[in-house]
Amino acid sequence: MRSHRLKILMVIVALAAVAIVVPNTGSFVILLVTRALAFSILVMSLDILLGYTGLASLGQAAYLGVGAYATAILATKYHFGLGWDFWLVLLIGILLGAALAAFFGLLAIRASGVYFLMITLALGQCVWGLAYRWNSLTGGDNGINLRERPKFGGIDLANELTFFFLVFAVFCASLALMYTLVRSPFGRSLAGIRERELRMQILGYNTWLHKYIAFIIAGAFGGLSGVLWAHTAGIVSPENVVLTTSVDALLMAVLGGAGTLVGGVIGTFIVFGLREFLSTLVPWWQYVLGVVYVATILYLPTGLMGIPERLRQKRAKPDNPDGAKKLASLHHAEKTT
Amino acid sequence: MNLNFWVIQTFNGISYGALLFLVGSGLSLIFGVMRIVNLSHGSYFMLGGYVALTVIWTTGSWLLAIPVAALTIAFLGLAMERIFLRQLGFDPLRQVLLTVGFAFLFQQAALDIWSGNNFDINPPAVLSQSIQIGGIFLPLYRAFMIAIALAIGLVLWLVMEKTQIGAQVRATVDDAQMARGVGIDTSRISMMIFSLGAFLAALGGVIGGAFLGIYPGLDFEMLPIAFAVVIIGGMGSLGGAAIGALIVGLADNFGKALFPEISYFTLYAPMALILAVKPTGLFGRE
Amino acid sequence: MSADTAANGQTPVLELKGLSKSFGGLHAVRGVTFKIMPGDRKAIIGPNGAGKTTLFNLITGIFPASSGQVLLFGQDITGWQSHRRTALGMARTFQITSLFPRLTVLDNVLLAIEGLRPSKFVMWRFLSSYRDVYDKAHQLLEQAAFADRANTEVRYLSHGEQRQLEIVLGLASDPKILLLDEPAAGLSSGESVEMTEFLMRLDPELAILLIEHDMDVVFDLAHTISVLHFGEVLETGKPEQIKNSQKVQEIYLGTG
Ligand SMILES: Nc1ncnc2c1ncn2[C@@H]1O[C@H](COP(=O)(O)OP(=O)(O)OP(=O)(O)O)[C@@H](O)[C@H]1O
Ligand SMILES: [Mg+2]
Repeated sequence: MRSHRLKILMVIVALAAVAIVVPNTGSFVILLVTRALAFSILVMSLDILLGYTGLASLGQAAYLGVGAYATAILATKYHFGLGWDFWLVLLIGILLGAALAAFFGLLAIRASGVYFLMITLALGQCVWGLAYRWNSLTGGDNGINLRERPKFGGIDLANELTFFFLVFAVFCASLALMYTLVRSPFGRSLAGIRERELRMQILGYNTWLHKYIAFIIAGAFGGLSGVLWAHTAGIVSPENVVLTTSVDALLMAVLGGAGTLVGGVIGTFIVFGLREFLSTLVPWWQYVLGVVYVATILYLPTGLMGIPERLRQKRAKPDNPDGAKKLASLHHAEKTT
Repeated sequence: MNLNFWVIQTFNGISYGALLFLVGSGLSLIFGVMRIVNLSHGSYFMLGGYVALTVIWTTGSWLLAIPVAALTIAFLGLAMERIFLRQLGFDPLRQVLLTVGFAFLFQQAALDIWSGNNFDINPPAVLSQSIQIGGIFLPLYRAFMIAIALAIGLVLWLVMEKTQIGAQVRATVDDAQMARGVGIDTSRISMMIFSLGAFLAALGGVIGGAFLGIYPGLDFEMLPIAFAVVIIGGMGSLGGAAIGALIVGLADNFGKALFPEISYFTLYAPMALILAVKPTGLFGRE
Repeated sequence: MSADTAANGQTPVLELKGLSKSFGGLHAVRGVTFKIMPGDRKAIIGPNGAGKTTLFNLITGIFPASSGQVLLFGQDITGWQSHRRTALGMARTFQITSLFPRLTVLDNVLLAIEGLRPSKFVMWRFLSSYRDVYDKAHQLLEQAAFADRANTEVRYLSHGEQRQLEIVLGLASDPKILLLDEPAAGLSSGESVEMTEFLMRLDPELAILLIEHDMDVVFDLAHTISVLHFGEVLETGKPEQIKNSQKVQEIYLGTG
């Protein structure tokens, strides 16, 4: 319980630092951080599925896609969402993400393991196929350019810093909501399903329903990140819903540490940072990224967030699992005799 | 839309299906034997094409390029399986992620070695002609693709059905644990199947490179299509892969010609539906 | 005891009518019929592969039955999903320990308690703010002498402790009938004595259906014993009867 408080405190301090430091940097960094924040909402939503529920989705970009395309189409075709109605678009993005997930979930939730991977891949590809080919609606390969950002009250989101604060605020709210979710009774039930679904059924949980709800919630946050992403990038294209984007999100979550929420955010920042910074410095930056991925998966299955725990275990005992088992059974023997 | 349209599109669809069979059959066998969702399969296809290009540039021989490329990539697959995948044991997610990590590495390597340009693999002039059948011109090369796929399919089928090794592979697909129980070296089978899959994908890359071209991004373009083949056909079944490849090849061609706006949707939506109803695919064993 | 309550016309807690299951050509359970009244302690014994676990899986809805009926408190639940059966007051443990290995002992118990509460769908409030749930969890852990290990991850517990926690999880939902699948499997004789004592201290109104190979546990706990052989109930009777039965000697005790 104390460790939870400490972690929350650390995250708040880190967020405060971001809020203070970033505005004082150049527009390059501001833009980079804004992009990473918008995308990390998607990564966190994926972590709800991957890290907490044990469902590895290969199609999470689809939800970012519907949010982003809805935003772009409404803005360019109907000039909607560029004033106060931006907030309505935010809501529409959330609802569309949730609705798409509610539909896809009906097909996908029954499957598990590799089959879940495959079916989410197929569903993601459906969305990509439409984005890529449905020229009249989506602009096809070229995508849709958003020529302006919303303006309401005295606030003009065209200003990079203002926009950064908006994304930052939505990010913080998302993090808080998702954190509450994962520690709520419902969130804990997801962890139980991840660990042993059959036992959960026997304990009285309708696990299908719990997974389905989690899937919808993840879709909703995905849609939200899409709305922000559309205005961050200024362009929405099939690139946003392509398989590699989903895969990227998955890798970011794993890199930071699945099942930790903030791990996904750290993963996102590292990957975005490597891409933007390293690519300006060295031509072989993608090797670094590839090696980081491969090394993480091989040697750090719990991700970067898992490092402290690993160190602690190493320091505590040479081989913790067995050590602990022996200790525990000794204790038990004492008690019984 | 006259008869010519239908004949030509059908022919194109079947020949594209032939290519997809090369990519899909390997992927399907890999899944069947190892239960791995191999996301570097598209990379093998692309790299096969690139290696072939290099062979053609240095020796000028297209005929030589085919075996060299396919064997090089088969060896690459073998190394990947032995050195990396092996040590993960059975952990689907980590295996998938590992294959993606490699796909990204391959992508960058290809970009460095072969630049970002779009290349064509030009087959010998004999194959570049068209043959005229009943007033319709059909490219000979596409007929050649069909012939290759048929030949490969026949060999694979014979090996699977008639040899000791084939029987072992089938047993492993059915139930790996049981297969181990009766003394089959499933680790060796996995290694063989994985490199066979890479071999076939690379072969597809060389052959398909003539009309698809070879370019960065081809890997992740090919990958989901290969999965559609596997899913529709059924995982771990050779005959299924053939049927799946044919269906996808035709659906892709006619989809693009008839309803371009939703052409990919018409490919992936059935794939998702099939998975939802029967996860092992239309012709896959339960 | 069970005989006269049954005569009272009271509804049985659990009733099986001709319950059968086949896997392809294999008839794992064939026409099993019996009743369990409140407070009954019934053991099911039988050689390996007799179909005991399969019978539990049919009762708890993990497998659909091929034919026959399962009645819980007089209600036909044959086609129901597992979680709905649990909600009526049934709980079970598993032969192969099936806990949540990477969660703490406390979290395991919390999940078990939440299973039947509507608050399991609440997502806007921390679980830790539910005092009553925590109090109940601590109380359960206290009873089973687990209090000092509440924050240990389950995978670090000894086998014996995990077996015991299995039962704690089963009890967390306050069931009226508890199905125990070889609770003493893999325990040392000291541990299994302790386990038996723990089970004997449970609420006498709780009906228990027990699968067990350890005959000491069976004879200590059970009021009636049914012998399952090739999926069929071969014989049912009081422990003394079963002990002396010729048939049982042949197929079971003789080999064991
Ligand atoms: N899911 C299944 N699919 C096919 N056969 C099964 C399945 N589950 C059990 N069986 C078979 O049903 C028979 C009964 O198995 P079961 O597990 O019920 O035996 P058991 O009496 O619990 O044995 P043990 O004492 O070893 O636990 C066995 O022959 C087993 O192989
Ligand atoms: Mg059993």
